[in-house]
Amino acid sequence: MSDVSHSSLPSVVRCVVACVALALGIAPAALVATAQDTPLISGGVGFFTSTNGGNTTYLPVLSPLLAAPIGSHLLVESRANLFEVYFPKGNGQIGYTSKPFLNLTFLQGDYLVSPHLTIVAGDFLTPFGTYNERLSPIWIGNFEDGPLIIPLGTMGTESSVGGMLRGSAVSTAKYSVDYAAYFSAASTNLQFNSERSSGGRASIYFPASGLEVGGSYGRLLQGTHQNYSGFHVWWEPIDSPFRLRSEYAHGEHSQGYWIEGDYRLSQFGGAESPLGRLEPIFRMQQTFRNSPDPSDSLPSVDTKRADFGLDYHLPHEIRINTSYARQFSATGNRNVWETGIVYRFLFPTWKGK
Amino acid sequence: MRALKLFGSLITLAMFLLLATQTRSLAAASGKTNSSQQDKTTRPEPPSQGERAFRQNCSRCHNAPEGFSPQISGTIVRHMRVRANLSREDERAILKFLNP
Repeated sequence: MSDVSHSSLPSVVRCVVACVALALGIAPAALVATAQDTPLISGGVGFFTSTNGGNTTYLPVLSPLLAAPIGSHLLVESRANLFEVYFPKGNGQIGYTSKPFLNLTFLQGDYLVSPHLTIVAGDFLTPFGTYNERLSPIWIGNFEDGPLIIPLGTMGTESSVGGMLRGSAVSTAKYSVDYAAYFSAASTNLQFNSERSSGGRASIYFPASGLEVGGSYGRLLQGTHQNYSGFHVWWEPIDSPFRLRSEYAHGEHSQGYWIEGDYRLSQFGGAESPLGRLEPIFRMQQTFRNSPDPSDSLPSVDTKRADFGLDYHLPHEIRINTSYARQFSATGNRNVWETGIVYRFLFPTWKGK
Repeated sequence: MRALKLFGSLITLAMFLLLATQTRSLAAASGKTNSSQQDKTTRPEPPSQGERAFRQNCSRCHNAPEGFSPQISGTIVRHMRVRANLSREDERAILKFLNP
């Protein structure tokens, strides 16, 4: 849930109206597309609980994604998070209180220029590292919360408002290279919040070994200019249910890494067997504070955290997540217990012929 | 530098351990095959180009959807082309795989 930024309800209404208008606007254009190109609605709906240092919060979430092709070269896509947080009242009061939120995660237009180039414009996820773009949806991420280093390189907002060039630079049977480069303007709009920045990511993937290595760079271009750099290593051996994902990120005032491994027990009777639906997961992460900077959203002191989890993949796209984490830092050690259930949906916006 | 060294050491260790277990299981599997003279006809079909492209580009991040309307296969592939930076060949192969 790290990709969620908070906003108030009046802007939520404006946002919903804008999205509906957008959907109505693109619908007639999308109708002329081919039979396979019907706009789709995908996403996830989930209910999560988290007990962090003794305080339990409840979080029902709806995260819809709209993708609508227009003609043969354009795609408009958007994802939102609607949720309500239920948390203890605190200050000695008994009971819970709640607060609703809506956050537009991205709203972008993609123009497919050539097999090697796509131009993206609008509000898009900042291409730094891998977690933000690939693993942040609630129906994809193994753990309920994201790694601690996510704000590094994603400029704290995790999305950018501007333009991006991306695509596959080279693709052969032995390796493929892809890239993304962006420029973002500063925006203080609640739903399109971003920092003036630029950067990008490049990675190389070796399909025979299932190894991907990449590097990211970002530069904050407002206030005190700062550089961010990072690299990632993913290893997902072919014909193995094991996956290893990791990232390292470095900023002016802090740095850190995370390593996550998961192993679906599909070798015990297949992925659909009762045991084969189990997926033990583990994540180790550390952050290091070089100098004080309250704006980078990382812990104020060196922090170490180990997460142990067990996911269970039920039929009909339902997944149960459970995890326990122990966090160590100079400000105090604590336990974090998390459980959740997520349903993933995917269907066309209208029934075709 | 401390963080970088730690990160590098952990990655190397994890990859080494996995490589060791993979090598062992591969050796065991090849031994079994030689001794039993396994019938070639019982071996599973190799994955198609589309399935391979799907595994390499889509399944690396998420499980395959259990099923969806063929109406949206083109939209899914276009979304994945942007998200996963698909090459033209992979895009075509995945579309054919999703909508044979």
